[in-house]
Parts: sequence; C-alpha cells; structure tokens
Amino acid sequence: MGRIDTRVWLIVIAAGLFVCLAYVPAIIREGNLGFAVSDVFLYEAMINGLLLGGVLALLSLGLNLIFGVVDVVWICYAEIVMLGMYGIYYLHSFYGVPLLLAMPAGILITAIIGYAVHELVIRHLLDSAPINQLLATGGLLFFFQSVATLAFGIDFRNLGVSLGSFPLTEDIYISWSRLAAFVTAAACVAGLYLFLTRTFMGTAIRAISQDREIMTLMGAAQGRLYLISSAIGGGLAGLAACLLVLQYDVHPFVGLSFGPITFMICVLGGLGNMVGGFIAAFILSELIALGGYHFDLEWGYVFAFAFFIAMMFVRPEGIMGRRS
Amino acid sequence: MLTLSNVDAGYGTFQALFDCTLEVNAGEAVAVIGPNGAGKTTLMRVISGLIPARGGRMDMEGRDLVATPPHRIVDLGIAHVPENRRLFPRMSVEDNLRMGAFVPSARAAFSRRLEFVYDLFPRMKERRHQLAGTLSGGEQQMCAIGRALMSEPKLLLLDEPSAGLAPVIVQRIFELVRVIREQGLTVLIVEQNVQQVLRVVDRAYVLEAGSIRMSGAAEELAASDEIRRLYMGL
Ligand SMILES: Nc1ncnc2c1ncn2[C@@H]1O[C@H](COP(=O)(O)OP(=O)(O)OP(=O)(O)O)[C@@H](O)[C@H]1O
Ligand SMILES: [Mg+2]
Repeated sequence: MGRIDTRVWLIVIAAGLFVCLAYVPAIIREGNLGFAVSDVFLYEAMINGLLLGGVLALLSLGLNLIFGVVDVVWICYAEIVMLGMYGIYYLHSFYGVPLLLAMPAGILITAIIGYAVHELVIRHLLDSAPINQLLATGGLLFFFQSVATLAFGIDFRNLGVSLGSFPLTEDIYISWSRLAAFVTAAACVAGLYLFLTRTFMGTAIRAISQDREIMTLMGAAQGRLYLISSAIGGGLAGLAACLLVLQYDVHPFVGLSFGPITFMICVLGGLGNMVGGFIAAFILSELIALGGYHFDLEWGYVFAFAFFIAMMFVRPEGIMGRRS
Repeated sequence: MLTLSNVDAGYGTFQALFDCTLEVNAGEAVAVIGPNGAGKTTLMRVISGLIPARGGRMDMEGRDLVATPPHRIVDLGIAHVPENRRLFPRMSVEDNLRMGAFVPSARAAFSRRLEFVYDLFPRMKERRHQLAGTLSGGEQQMCAIGRALMSEPKLLLLDEPSAGLAPVIVQRIFELVRVIREQGLTVLIVEQNVQQVLRVVDRAYVLEAGSIRMSGAAEELAASDEIRRLYMGL
C-alpha cells in the first residue's frame, strides 16, 4: 500500500510542477495571475506538449515491450525509427508509392529489422553479460547511422507533405500532422493494451516478462515469443516513423533527437513498465513544451533532464517500477 | 509410463544427479523423498526439460524425453508444478490458468479445462480476477496445481506442494493428491512431509546426495526403521 502512495504522490508532485512551470514564469514576468491564466499561447504549448507526448509514449512502449520480454535494452531503437522514416521517404518521394501504401510498407520494413536484430544479434547474446548486450545494441546504433549515411547521404530530406493546421479557437492553431500523430499513437497504445490483455499471445508476452523459465514449462518456445516481441517492437518503431516523417526532416542522425528522450522516459517510468512509460512520456513532453514556451526549446530539455536526474535520486527504479 | 535409466544431470561443473533409475507406471502415485540438497528438484527439472540430462535415457510412454525440446514436453502429457509455485505474480488467477493451457491442443479446450479446474478449486473461481501474487500461500499452491492441470496432463510432477503451508492446508493438499489420482492422473511427488506423503502414494524412492538410495512400496518404507529415524524423526 505504501508503494502505491508514493506513486500517487509522485504524480501529484509532477502535476504541481507542471502548474508551476506553466504559470509562475508568466506571473513573475507580468506580475499578474490573470494574464498568465488567460494566455492562449500557453495553452497552445500545452496542447503541443500533449501531442508530442503521444508519439514519445508510442516509442517508449516499443522499447519497454522488448525490454520487458527479452530483458535487453535496444540502444539502437531510435535508429530503427530513422530507417523507417527513410523507407517511407524513398518509397513515396522516389518511387512514387502513395503515402497510404508507403507507410504500412515502412512498418513492415521496421518489423523485419526488429526481427532481424533479434535473430542475428541479440539471440546470440542472451546469456552474455548485460554490458556486452548494451555494447552490441549500441554498436548497432552506429552501424545503422553509417549505413544510412552511405546509402542516403547526409542531406536533410523532407517528405514535402503538409497537412496544414486548423484553428481550435480563434487564436490556437493545431497542426493536423501532430494531431494525427497523437490520435494514431493513442489508438495504437490502446490496441497494444488490448492485445496484451485480451489475447493468448499477448498474455504469454506479459507472462514471459514475469518468469521466463516457467513459460517453457507451459509449452511456449521462448525464442518464438522473443521474436514476436522484437518484430512488434520494430513495427511500433515503424509506426512512430510514419508519424514523425510528416513533421520532421529525415537525416542519418535524426534518431539522436528523440532516442535519448525515449530512454529517459522508459527509465523514468520504470524500465519494462509500459504504464509507467506512458505516464512519463507525458510528464517529460509537457516539461519540454512549457520550458520551451517560456524560455527556449533548449531550456525545455534542460528542465526535462533536471527533473529526470532529480527523480533518479528520489526513485531510481522509476515512477511505476518495482524495487528489486 | 515414465522411465528414467541411469540419468546424470548437474549445473555447470557440479553434478547433482548420479545414475538415477526410476519408473512411474500409469495410474500410480510415486514419491521422491530425501534430505535438502539431495537433488529432488533437479530430478523434476530434468524430467520436464528445464535442465538437460547429461547421460542416460528418459522415456514418456515410449517417447524419448532427452531428444524432445523443453517446450514440447508438456505436449507429451507431463505437467510440472515447480518448487515455490512460480506463478506469474502480476497476472490474474485466470490469466495464470490461461497460460497453463498455452499449447494449441489445450487452448482449444480452454473453457472446458477452466471449468474443470474451477470445479476442483471453487476458491480459484472466486478469486479469478485477483493478482496471483496477492493470493495466500495455500491459494497460490491451488493456482499452481490448477495451472498445471489446464494442459490436461497424464503425469503430474509436484515439487514440495506442502512447503510453507499451515498444517490444515497441508492436509488439504494431500487430500487433493488423492482427488487428482481419482481423476486418473499419474503423480510423481517430491515431499518433505514424509509421513504424510507415504500415506497417499503407492511407492517411493529415497534420493540422497544425487543417488537413489532405496525404493519400495509406501507401507514398507513407512515401516522401515531407517526411514522412520532419518525422515520422520521417530
Ligand atoms: N542453479 C543451480 N546452480 C548450481 N547448483 C545448483 C543449482 N540448483 C541446485 N543446485 C545444487 O544442486 C543440488 C541439488 O539441488 P536440488 O534443488 O535439486 O535439491 P533438493 O533435493 O530439491 O533440495 P530441497 O529439499 O532443499 O528443495 C544442491 O547441492 C544445490 O546446491
Ligand atoms: Mg527442492
């Protein structure tokens, strides 16, 4: 019971921090609460933070799924997203494949990459020391970046598709691509939840993350569940790629702009804990959005990192993590 | 039904089982008793494929167990209730039972098996949405046995089902072994409660330091001075 209390407290503190960060800078600047509360651009920033949080939640979900089941952190996860973005970009802009076909193809590509990463690399390292596993997936990060540089060059590529934006109120404009990203990510999180809780295979995936040896007794081939999880994790990276390619340029190092934050989210939420990761995604994305609104985008990241580091002292196992 | 001949097994450089030969006939209940660290759990784990046999032969109804991959052993009709229960603690009772029916043949019969287990353990039905990790010790043992029964096994391996339970619950567990036998299942059980287990089984093996020291009919062993002195504290 005590543990649940701390979790609730942490979320309350995060919410308090959020409110402070939202209003205090404006109050200090303007000396007036009324102004801060009626600042529409502040709400626009909050909404954008929420929308960003959806995509980050999706990314952390994929990483957590793989970690929960296979017990290996894929340092190269964001680079798989990058490869997916390139896949979609080339299929669409180069080969003229309609976007609605290029995107599922991108998801398929990354699912295959996820499968291959497990089959060719991780599978052989399952009994190795964790540091070797990290070095291997870290090595894959540089491998993917180099392959992308060789194959696609270092130019920034843009899909050149703009979905535009729409006015939510007179003053607040919401970008369609961000909204679509959020809605898709949310739908996917819900779908994954249903898969994990309502299907045999999903239940088996949860079970193997709780006791891998016993699932063998139940008649499950461990390797097969690992491969399925890796492919689903890869596919989720591809889905994130679909959503990100609409908003950002593609280049070989694009993974670095959201890879580290994804790891922070997973660790903050409790590695392998999907619910924790989901909550942490929105906490960090709001900190980034609000910091970015009141100061600079860089400051947003500073706040997010500072919060993360402080939390690591308070609760090293993560918001929803279990003390081991 | 199950035969082990000259089986060796171990962990790393440590050998835990030496030349074990053992037989369980269809419909029988057989116990393995022995002091802590004798290798009883190791014996169960070798049979269900969790650790490989290093030598010797194992057959289940004429099928070679040594050559069967670990996750296929349950298909041969062997279900293992492991030491310490090993439930999936953060999953509901029903999801735990669902995992017991993971193999395709059992999955097809899931609702029928679930009903069977709930009939056997009405308590599990009451608690079906509760997280397995929050069950009491006795309930956890019922859940673990129920999970094993979900695959509709012919042979049930029970590793110290009464460990850590209050005397009343221990009675119930042994009663249950009787009930399970009446259902036509064959049982191989490891127990520390020697006196009680010898009342529910037909035969027993005594395992000491990784070797089978003695075997015989349950009444015979229960009457043996050596067993009474070493294992029953009489
Ligand atoms: N994973 C392991 N690695 C190394 N040695 C092990 C391992 N598991 C068991 N052993 C050793 O193998 C021997 C037999 O252990 P086992 O668990 O089979 O004994 P047991 O008869 O079940 O004992 P208990 O009654 O305490 O459950 C012991 O000496 C133990 O230390
Ligand atoms: Mg034991």
